[in-house]
Amino acid sequence: MTLTAHTSDVSASQNMAAPNQGTGNNFKSNRPLPPISGFRTTVASLVKDIRLEWRSKDAINSMLFFSLLVVVVFSFSFDPTAQESRRIAGGLIWVAFLFAAIVALNQTWAREMRNQVLDAYRVSPAPANSLFLSKAIGNFLFVLLLEAVMTPLFIMFYQLRALGPAWQLVPIAVLGTWAIVINGTFFASISLRTRSREIMLPLLLFPISIPALLAMVEGTTSILSGELTARFWIALLLAYDVVFTMASLLLFETVLHAE
Amino acid sequence: MEAAHLNSSAESIITVQGLIKQFGRFAALRGIDAEFAPGKLYAVLGDNGAGKTSLLRTLAGLSQPTRGNVTVFGSSDSSSIRHHIGYMAHPSLLYDEMSGMENLRFFAQLYGIQEEGPCVRAMEIVHLDPNLSRPAGQYSQGMRQRLSLARALVHGPELLLLDEPFSNVDARSAQEMVRLLAGLRDAGKTIFVVTHQAALLEKAADELLYMEVGRITRRAQNYTEATV
Amino acid sequence: MKRLFPLFAILTAALLSFALYESLIVAPVDQLQGNVYRILYYHASSAWTAFILFGINFVASVVYLVRRNEKADVLAFVTAEVGVVFCTVVLVTGPLWARPVWGIWWTWDWRLTSTFVLWLIYVSYLLLRRFSSSGQTPVLAAALAVFGALDIPLVYFSIWFFRTQHPQPVIGDGGYMDPGMLHVLLLNWLAFSCLAFMVCWSRYNLEVLKRELEEAQALESLLETGGAR
Repeated sequence: MTLTAHTSDVSASQNMAAPNQGTGNNFKSNRPLPPISGFRTTVASLVKDIRLEWRSKDAINSMLFFSLLVVVVFSFSFDPTAQESRRIAGGLIWVAFLFAAIVALNQTWAREMRNQVLDAYRVSPAPANSLFLSKAIGNFLFVLLLEAVMTPLFIMFYQLRALGPAWQLVPIAVLGTWAIVINGTFFASISLRTRSREIMLPLLLFPISIPALLAMVEGTTSILSGELTARFWIALLLAYDVVFTMASLLLFETVLHAE
Repeated sequence: MEAAHLNSSAESIITVQGLIKQFGRFAALRGIDAEFAPGKLYAVLGDNGAGKTSLLRTLAGLSQPTRGNVTVFGSSDSSSIRHHIGYMAHPSLLYDEMSGMENLRFFAQLYGIQEEGPCVRAMEIVHLDPNLSRPAGQYSQGMRQRLSLARALVHGPELLLLDEPFSNVDARSAQEMVRLLAGLRDAGKTIFVVTHQAALLEKAADELLYMEVGRITRRAQNYTEATV
Repeated sequence: MKRLFPLFAILTAALLSFALYESLIVAPVDQLQGNVYRILYYHASSAWTAFILFGINFVASVVYLVRRNEKADVLAFVTAEVGVVFCTVVLVTGPLWARPVWGIWWTWDWRLTSTFVLWLIYVSYLLLRRFSSSGQTPVLAAALAVFGALDIPLVYFSIWFFRTQHPQPVIGDGGYMDPGMLHVLLLNWLAFSCLAFMVCWSRYNLEVLKRELEEAQALESLLETGGAR
C-alpha cells in the first residue's frame, strides 16, 4: 500500500468535494462541516482534564498536602480553644483553601503549556469559552473535593461547632469556591503571557477577590458564632459570581487569542 | 486547472500585505507582501530568526499582525477559517500522558468529529499503529513528529502549515513524509513547509520562499534555480 | 497643541498656588480639630481626582477592547499610572491626618480600607503591564481593567457592610461642612484635576513617543543583525 493511496482514502472517506472544483475565489471545499457543539467540546475537554489529573494526581496531591500544612502551622500560632477558634476559623479555613486553589489554578494551564498544546486548541474552531468553562469546572471540582476532605480535619483540630444554621455553610462553600475559581482560571490564562507567571497569578487574583474573600470569611464566621446572619454574604457571593462569570465569558476569547 | 490559478492573481488563496509583527523591542516580521496560489507546496527556507515560524503562526491565525493585513481563503477574520487549516508546530502540540489515538480522538472532537474513523485513517497515513497504547510521551522523536502530523491532518484541512516536520525524523521516514505531502498537494491542498532541509523538498516543492530578517527576499520555482 | 501646553501649565500653577493660599489662610479654622483638618483639602481632592482617573481608565479600556485603538490604550495606561499616584497621596495623607485627630495611624475604617483595595487593584494592573511578555499587553491589561472596574462597587459595598455590621468608633462623619470650607475644597479639587490632566497630557505624549521609538528600534535592530551576516 502506498502513501498516496492512503491519502485518497482519507479524502474519500471524509466526503470531501473534489479539489479545486469550486469556482471563483472559494478554495474551501464544499463538504459540509461537522457542526461544533460548545457543550460537547466542553465535556470532552473536561473529561480529558479529569483523566489526566487522575493519571498524574499532581494538582490534587499538592493541594491536599499544602492545606494540611496550613492547618498544622496555624494551630501552632494560637491555642485553639472552642471560643477563640470560632472567631478566627472562618479566616483560617478560607486562607488555606485559597492558597491551595492557587496550586490547582497554576497547574491547569501549565498542562496546556507543555508541548504548547494550547496552540492546537487555538487553531481549532472549538469555541474558546468551552475551553474556559471546562477548566473552570475542573478546578471547581478539584477544590470542592479538597474542601470535602479537609473540612472534617478542620472541625477536628479546632473543635468547631456551628452555633448558627450550619446548612448555610454549603451555599457559602459552593458560591465562594466558584468565585475563586472563575476569576482564578481567567487570571491564570492572563498570567500565562507574563514573565514569572506563577507569581503573577496571586498578584492579579487577590485584589479582585477581596469582596468574595470577605464574604466567605465573614459568612462562615457569622454561622459558626451564631451571632449574625450570613444571608447578606451569600447574596453578595451570588452577585459576585454572576458578574464575574459573565465578564470572563465575554472576555476570555479575546485574551486567549491575544498574541 | 492548475494553470488557470497561476494566471489569475485574483485567485490567490493567501494574500499578505505590509505584514509587520513586533514583540516589544524586536520585530519578527518586517514588511511582507506576498500572494500564494492554491494547490501548491511551498517550502519556506531561511536562517534561525528569519521569521519563518512567525509567518506561519500569523497565517494560522495564532498571532495577530502588529501592522498590515493577512487574508486567508478570502477572509481576514481567522476565526471563520479554522476548520480549513491544519497546523503543525515545532513542539508536538500533544498530551504526553495520552496515547496516540486518545490524543487524536480529543483533537478531532475540537473539530466536531465524533467518529473513530478519521482518527484511525490519520494514524494509518503517517504509518502509526492505532492500537499502540503507549503514551505519546514515550514515543520516539520521529513517531511523535508523525503523530503530530496526523493531528494536523485529522480534520481534512485544505491548508496545511507545517513547522519543521522533518526535524529529528530519520531519512527514510522523511522521504515518506515528503511523498505524503506531495500526494496531498496533488489532491488539491495548499501546503507550507518550514524547513532547514531544503534538499528534501527539492523535487516535491512547487516554490521555494527564502526569508531573511523578517522578509521574503526571494521566491524561486525550483531548487536549482534558487541555488544558482 | 504643543503651544497650549506651557499655557495650561502656567494656569495650573497659578490655580494651585491660589488653592494653597485659600486652604491654608482663607479657609476658617475647624472648631474641633483646629488647623490639622486642613489636610482634608489634599486628602479629599486627591481621592476624587483618583476616582475620575480610574473612571477614564475604565472607559478607555472598554474603547480599546471594542475598537483596538492604540490611543485608547495609551490613555488607559497613563490614567492608571497617575491615578495610582493620587491614590497613594490619599493613603499617605489619611494616616497623617488620623494620627493627631484620632490618635491612631490607621484604622480599618470602610473608606480607608476600600481605597486601599482600590489602590491594590490598580497597582496589580500596572504590574501586569510591566511583566507582560506578549506583544498583546494592551488586550490583557484592558481585560484586567474591566475586571477591576466591575469589582469596585462590590468592594465598596462589601466593606461598607462589613464595617457597619461590626460596632466601630464612629469617626469624623459629620456630614455638615461650613460653606467656606466647601468652597475651598472644590477649588482644590479643580486645581488637582488640572494638575492631573497636565501630568497625564505630558505622560501621554511621552508614551506615544516611546512606542514610536520602540517600533523604529525593533525594525532597525533586525536590519543590523541582517547586515552583520
